[in-house]
Amino acid sequence: MPIDMELEQVLRPHQYPMPPYPPKVITLANGKKMVVRQAVREDVPTILKSVHPCLFIERDYYDIVSARLYGELLAWFRHRVKSEYCLIGQIEGYLVGIVNGRMEDEKVGMSYHTLAIDRGLRIGSHLFAAKMEYHLEQLGQESVLIVAESPIGFRRWMIEYPLEKTTIPHELGGGESYRLTREIYFAAKPRLVVGDRPVPKELLEEAEAEIKFADDDTIRERIAGLKGR
Amino acid sequence: MRDVAIIGAGIIPFGRRDEDTLMDMLAYASLKALDDAGLGDKSVDAVYVGNMGGGIIQHQTAIASSLVDRLNLLPAAAETIENGPASGGSAFKNGLLAVASGYYDFVLVVGGEKMREVTGWRATDFVATMTHPQAEYPYGITLPGLAGMFTRLYMEKYGVTREMLVSVALKNQEMGTLNPFAHVEMAISKEGILDDPASIVNNPTVADPLHLYDACPVSDGAAAVVLCPLDMAKKLNKVPVQIVGFGQATDNQTLQEREDPTDLKAVTLAAQKAFDMAKLKPADIDVAELHDAFTILEIAESEHIGFFKKGEGGKAALAGKTRLGGQIPINMSGGLKARGHPVGGTGVAQIVDIVFQLRHELPKDRQVKNAQKGLTINFGGFGNNVLVFILRRVEQ
Repeated sequence: MPIDMELEQVLRPHQYPMPPYPPKVITLANGKKMVVRQAVREDVPTILKSVHPCLFIERDYYDIVSARLYGELLAWFRHRVKSEYCLIGQIEGYLVGIVNGRMEDEKVGMSYHTLAIDRGLRIGSHLFAAKMEYHLEQLGQESVLIVAESPIGFRRWMIEYPLEKTTIPHELGGGESYRLTREIYFAAKPRLVVGDRPVPKELLEEAEAEIKFADDDTIRERIAGLKGR
Repeated sequence: MRDVAIIGAGIIPFGRRDEDTLMDMLAYASLKALDDAGLGDKSVDAVYVGNMGGGIIQHQTAIASSLVDRLNLLPAAAETIENGPASGGSAFKNGLLAVASGYYDFVLVVGGEKMREVTGWRATDFVATMTHPQAEYPYGITLPGLAGMFTRLYMEKYGVTREMLVSVALKNQEMGTLNPFAHVEMAISKEGILDDPASIVNNPTVADPLHLYDACPVSDGAAAVVLCPLDMAKKLNKVPVQIVGFGQATDNQTLQEREDPTDLKAVTLAAQKAFDMAKLKPADIDVAELHDAFTILEIAESEHIGFFKKGEGGKAALAGKTRLGGQIPINMSGGLKARGHPVGGTGVAQIVDIVFQLRHELPKDRQVKNAQKGLTINFGGFGNNVLVFILRRVEQ
């Protein structure tokens, strides 16, 4: 697709400098090791292949979460969003979860989405915690604005942390945001934020070598299979 | 009184069944049991349905009346039995007595529940409606809360440890991965739920000292069996499974009113009645399905039933004595912990699992070799209404 770079510079939003998220490894309930690391723009087309089958799953609002996440990642790929990042969870190279967000400004973070592809292992909880860790510890922000699209998300974020309610409209749908402050984050950190650093070399190399993903049917079964987990 | 046998058994996969109504699930399980019984032109005389929450969750009552019509079993007699989480066991008992009395020849017993159409906290609240309406419920008690207090006392009195509780969870979830009808088909590891620092997130406290993986899931599901007199069963093609013993006992509703809150008297008394009737001892049992709504209950029940001495159940679980090939294999279905716990369906599902065991129909990795006698405990309330059944394989 031909691009007019002069116009492109006008269309591209401002980008804040963003230090990298240091990868970590988390032992899951089944004993498997999930590597959590930062994706780069070039990973987006691969990640979207995993998001796509979720667009058609109504259960637990996967459809809207996936549709919005798809758009957000595409916007990042096409340079149409300000200061976005994406963290991914991989087990043996396989993509099992995705979280993303962006910097609203230097002090305030905007949480976007959490998509767990393999369910029943608290992957969503771990990745959401990693996202908050990135905003508050690596980006050094003061707070993060958050909304939940599913009851599961509401329980995991608003209740478990617990977040404080604000009247600030959130970018996702305009509903009132909940806010994670540094005080709330550091109080919750001992019980909600886990993981080991550095990631053992062989695990990190395996994760970075390739983002593997299951076929569409397997992804649908894991999320919306009869068992529902 | 006539001897009674089970000639048909059916169960549907437990889990979250958004696409099915409660009536759909009861009908599917019934049809499987009726098919399995191979009754041919014969119909059933009566239908007993165990269900706890239809009136509350689905806003549907007279469920048995609806089911006989749905199954085209009219004009069979039909009753819904509500007895908390022991509803399935109570329905089975009523079917057993009806055939034993000679009044009915062929009886269908179904148990089922649809709990996943409400949120987890509403489901927890619904189950808590069985607690004392003045002394417990208004103060916010839930079944996990009761189980947490019971566990703490049991730990202090009998030295049960978290490792012992975890050993029950590991075994039952492992068995769940082998059971195609189980709600939870995910193996877990001790490292992931106990040893690793990440276990604080993977396996959070639910009701201290109980953690997430100490508790059964909230499930949709249904199971059914067909009963008839033993002499008629012997003329059919299937291996009959005879009900050789049953007992039921009750206890004070509130834990604090019991002389010793760690003493599950109703389990002991119901078991004694069942063993007396069957003229058997605990050591005669080859396989058991216990009511492990929480891991501590599998340990405590294994002691109160007489498989192990008080204080030895946890050690036995840790030592693998309750695994396949062990001294007494318990919950080879995965139990409530992994097969799932649709409250009104559990008592019947336990019977179905023991029938499969005694007919030697299960794959090697779940089948107790040459199992001849099996036992179930269906635990209502917090042990205040308990049913124990003993089943025996009848060689043709």
